[in-house]
Amino acid sequence: MPIWLDLAIRVLAVVAGFLVLPLVVGQTEHKVMAHMQGRLGPMYAGGYHGWAQLVADGVKFVQKEDITPRDADRRVFRLAPIVALFPYLLVLLVIPLGPGGLVAQALDVGLFFVLAVLGVGVLAVLMSAWASANKYSLLGGLRGAAQLLGYELPLVLAAASVAMAAGTLSLPGIVEAWRPWWLLWQAPAALVFFVAGLAEIRRPPFDMPIADSELVFGYMTEYTGLRFAFFLLAEYVGIVVIAALTTVLFLGGWHGPFADQLGWLWTLVKIFAVSFVIIWLRVSYPRLREDQLQRLCWLVLVPVALAQLVLTAAVKVLT
Amino acid sequence: MSDDGERGTPGKGLVQGLAVTLKTMTRRSTTQQYPDVEPDLPPRSRGVIALLEENCTVCMLCARECPDWCIYIDSHKEEVVVPGAARARQRNVLDRFDIDFSLCMYCGICIEVCPFDALHWTPEFEYSEVDVLDLLHDKDRLGEWMRTVPPPPAHDVLGEPSKEEATAERKAAGPGAATAAKTARPSVRRSASPTAQRPAPASRAEPAPENPEPDK
Repeated sequence: MPIWLDLAIRVLAVVAGFLVLPLVVGQTEHKVMAHMQGRLGPMYAGGYHGWAQLVADGVKFVQKEDITPRDADRRVFRLAPIVALFPYLLVLLVIPLGPGGLVAQALDVGLFFVLAVLGVGVLAVLMSAWASANKYSLLGGLRGAAQLLGYELPLVLAAASVAMAAGTLSLPGIVEAWRPWWLLWQAPAALVFFVAGLAEIRRPPFDMPIADSELVFGYMTEYTGLRFAFFLLAEYVGIVVIAALTTVLFLGGWHGPFADQLGWLWTLVKIFAVSFVIIWLRVSYPRLREDQLQRLCWLVLVPVALAQLVLTAAVKVLT
Repeated sequence: MSDDGERGTPGKGLVQGLAVTLKTMTRRSTTQQYPDVEPDLPPRSRGVIALLEENCTVCMLCARECPDWCIYIDSHKEEVVVPGAARARQRNVLDRFDIDFSLCMYCGICIEVCPFDALHWTPEFEYSEVDVLDLLHDKDRLGEWMRTVPPPPAHDVLGEPSKEEATAERKAAGPGAATAAKTARPSVRRSASPTAQRPAPASRAEPAPENPEPDK
């Protein structure tokens, strides 16, 4: 296979996953959330249980007027949704789907790359918040920045623990080294990573930057049409990315019965299971207050992550 | 965790919250998809008011009692020559009977006060209009709603008999019984209306074989 064809197939596959998986997760969220609240959710779009609801939403967003406020910093304002969306696309590049190199780009420093790229998210929040020339946007953006910077630390520490246990930064390498008993050993790190990941993608109960009841819609207040849709898409890709990272780092990725043939299926099943939990948490819990949010990060997650690091190191040295 | 004073196991509330949503998800939703599925309304639902024009005497009670003043009535007098009567009778003829459902607040007072049962509730509710002015239903439209009036509920077996029944029975019993029923003596009254379940306490002394009381 010529190298350009190989490259094209890999990129196309990632883009397809990037476009399809968030829609599936979004539709699942519509239906799961509805049924958890005793409702039915979308029922008409597409004919069968509203399967085409998000497609209809997309068409609607495209039709809407693309408004840039007069006082906005136009270029930054228009760039922000792309900056919000793009890092997640890059992260999907290095997430291994199955054994035997079933990954778009097997980076040796995959974990490092992922964490670095995820950190770009705070930039998009600050850009959109400042450029909107709106005080609600600015408040939301500053809250978002404080939250993202704070939760970056437990996220990185928890990821470092599993990297230390596996002895590699390569994501396929980590999955390769994973053993079922790590579920117990790395459980605190998994929990910390998952919670910090939730906060990183600003999902309820960590949606203080958006907090629609007090900040209109936070840094997304001034956005309309396609740019707003990009932010929403970024949220759903974020769910997929956090679920995928949790799967790869802590739940053993493709490990499972018939991993050689069905590895990719196991990865997808685990990703969707974690996505379901993310939706479930959104339905069940109220939003954390700003001080509770920071308290949880600095007084609970960071110490737990540090203790996990010590535990990982100790087990690593003893065995 | 019900109170700050007595905190349960940490995290118990979080788990309970998750359990509630999960349980709700597994249950079937009770949502009725309205335009596809007709709602199952109880017969006494207050949907729209129907007019039985023949019963209306243009007494204007409904229009006067209406808190919203949303009933408009016009009428004229007509002479009716009754053969054999000394002089011609006059009766009211209804020209216009409109209810403005954009003002109506569905209190049902007009139906309550109507002495001749000319107004009725019906459970029909699908009469929304694009133009608010079209919500003024005239007497023909109100008359058409009569077809949708559900049959009246069966008489409560434990309740008092209706006035009409009691009067008819009294008349059938003869003039003596009719005057006796008006007196307050309970024993006579009970024989006049055997289905009455609340006799005066004084009647307990004498046995009443035709009216056994089950609660004793």
